[in-house]
Amino acid sequence: MKKLTAARMERCIGCHSCSLACARLVHRQLSWNKAGIRIRSAGGLSTGFQARLCLACNPAPCAEACPSGALSQRRDGGVIQKRKLCIRCGKCAEACPVDAVFLDHEVNPYLCIHCGRCVEFCPHDCLELVEIIPEIVPASQEDAS
Amino acid sequence: MIRDHFRVCLVDLSKGSMQVLERGGRDQFCGGGGLAAMLFQEFGHVDRPWDDPDQPLIFAIGPLTGYFPLMSKTVCAFKSPYHDQYAESHAGGRSALSMRFGDMDALVIRGRANRLSALAVGARTFELRDVHFLRGRDALSCGRVIRDMFPGSGRRSMLRIGPAGENRCSYACINVDTYRHFGRLGAGAVMGAKNLKALVILGDRGFALPEGKAYPALFKEVYRQLTTTAIMDKYHGLGTAGNVGALNELRALPWRNLQQTHDPDADGITGERMAEDRLLRNAACAGCPVGCIHIGYVREKFQENYQYLYRQVAYDYELIFAVGSMLGVKDSFDALRLMDTVELMGLDVMSTGGALAWATEALEKGLVTEKQTLVPLAFGDAATYMTAIEHLGRNSNEFYTLLSKGTLRAAGVFGGGDFACVLGQEMAGYATGEVFFTAEGLGFRHSHLDSGGYAYDQKHEEQDVESAVDFLVEDEKSRALLCAMVSCLFARGVYSEDLLSEALESVGYGNLAGRLDSMAGNIQRLRWRTRVQTGYDAAEVHIPKRFREVVTWKGPVDDAYMEALREAYARRIMALGAPENAD
Repeated sequence: MKKLTAARMERCIGCHSCSLACARLVHRQLSWNKAGIRIRSAGGLSTGFQARLCLACNPAPCAEACPSGALSQRRDGGVIQKRKLCIRCGKCAEACPVDAVFLDHEVNPYLCIHCGRCVEFCPHDCLELVEIIPEIVPASQEDAS
Repeated sequence: MIRDHFRVCLVDLSKGSMQVLERGGRDQFCGGGGLAAMLFQEFGHVDRPWDDPDQPLIFAIGPLTGYFPLMSKTVCAFKSPYHDQYAESHAGGRSALSMRFGDMDALVIRGRANRLSALAVGARTFELRDVHFLRGRDALSCGRVIRDMFPGSGRRSMLRIGPAGENRCSYACINVDTYRHFGRLGAGAVMGAKNLKALVILGDRGFALPEGKAYPALFKEVYRQLTTTAIMDKYHGLGTAGNVGALNELRALPWRNLQQTHDPDADGITGERMAEDRLLRNAACAGCPVGCIHIGYVREKFQENYQYLYRQVAYDYELIFAVGSMLGVKDSFDALRLMDTVELMGLDVMSTGGALAWATEALEKGLVTEKQTLVPLAFGDAATYMTAIEHLGRNSNEFYTLLSKGTLRAAGVFGGGDFACVLGQEMAGYATGEVFFTAEGLGFRHSHLDSGGYAYDQKHEEQDVESAVDFLVEDEKSRALLCAMVSCLFARGVYSEDLLSEALESVGYGNLAGRLDSMAGNIQRLRWRTRVQTGYDAAEVHIPKRFREVVTWKGPVDDAYMEALREAYARRIMALGAPENAD
């Protein structure tokens, strides 16, 4: 199972092609917000850019917070989204520790589903779809918690 | 958002109010430059001065903005402080996509705020805030304050002015998102006259795309052409800075107020040297994968014991020409420092370089004294020019106040009009010959962007006045269409009329796809008509003597040929700008 990573953001030129591609191809929208990946400056344009996207948590706090089953845990990390089940409560965005869930003005959530369709639209190869390596938690740590 | 009308956000700074208007005319004027001229006809006052509070400051995007790569620019239109006539300036950054996602085809700003203010507009935003505490602030630190005042990182555009705009310098620019500008003809002074220090455009909406596969498939193909073929390599790699060495070798690079067109010692400021020694990274306008913005750095020791600071400075060919070769500055760090100072003051770099080059020669010739220039301007002396740029932006004395109104204004008082490198405004960096000098001198934006006159000079040895003028008129018409979409002109080799038709069709503007030629003609005529209504007479344009003394690779400029071009092009322009019912 794979996940999208913004592995080389120091190369980013801030063109927003990734966000626009996600919105266009996944969500059928013209938008730089309604997308699973969003680009912003790291504190002004002279400081370079950072990507906001799902880091493929496992367990995923957004799925745990979702009351309707619209978001469910993806096997090795991240979530599976079923839009029809969403009640637009916005709990997922509140729960996300890295602000990776965008809510539009109707409280529809947009988040990365790790499909990788944006990757080919990055002109500087900042993005990569990589295999998730399941985290192996040592037994001693499990005991400790 | 695909709609058969224009959605216009109209702001009145005097009242602190806004309205959303709907206007027809899409199938006649398309958008961008066409829409801006149409709106100036409605909201502008041809008979009132540029700084009348009721004059509009107009920003407009086009039908393809955001829908396709490099459809990423905004047209700004206004009555210019430089010549008190209708003018356009174009910029990218995030401005165009912010307007698209702010759900407006155009933004018209009228009135004058009571106090120095910052305006925020968007699909769900309207806010006018007092920022009197930013008076006199440079354009870059102003941006940092505004960023904290108005949230929306990554989905907003921030336009602001420096001291030059507040002081109504005739070539004050509007800084857009730090590295881009509405540079020429004084849009920054128009903001200053409106007491508007900053404008934040918040792009916080999205729109459903058309059903079907045609649009995403065409997008993918256009994107491929723009990123994987050689067409755009020159913009992405060395960038336009690559022209420095090429034009110097060609003997077409203006040096020291255009006293020469070549210098054997240009190596320090070539695109190659800039890229190898000074380039930090590239950046892009939103919606453009090319990334033509080249950001270099300057590093300064500010204290003993190895204490340094650094600043990032965007450079391009025009900047290197304007504060490099034109001022005889041959060191890349020095050139970048000058660009940085121009940026802080919020001046147009080309006009600044041209004005200071004239002032330097005027000082050399004894037409002005150091009492007026305050510093001993001398070609190649970057430290002195840094001080002079601040004097210009801050209008330190009468001389700099006058010079900040335009080189010819100063020459009108002190003499030296013969060597003022002014073609409608301070020249762009192409000493290629008669066709370009005529094109910039008379052209709509007085720019190298109206038409490819510089390329015509390089491709044509023969002197055929009618052919050259036909080229200028037709090339301007095709560019007027691109600037209605609003495309970056770097993509003009990709966006043919056929491709534009296909693109319009794919997003639901099929009705426009079949009307490109008539729209282009409408836009070209309306822009010229508006310019003429505000006082322009192309027949009165004078090309200063310095341009007749230029020696290029072809030899000395042919004065008789240039005069014939000037007369013929002026006739064509005035015919294009004739009143609508003149036939």
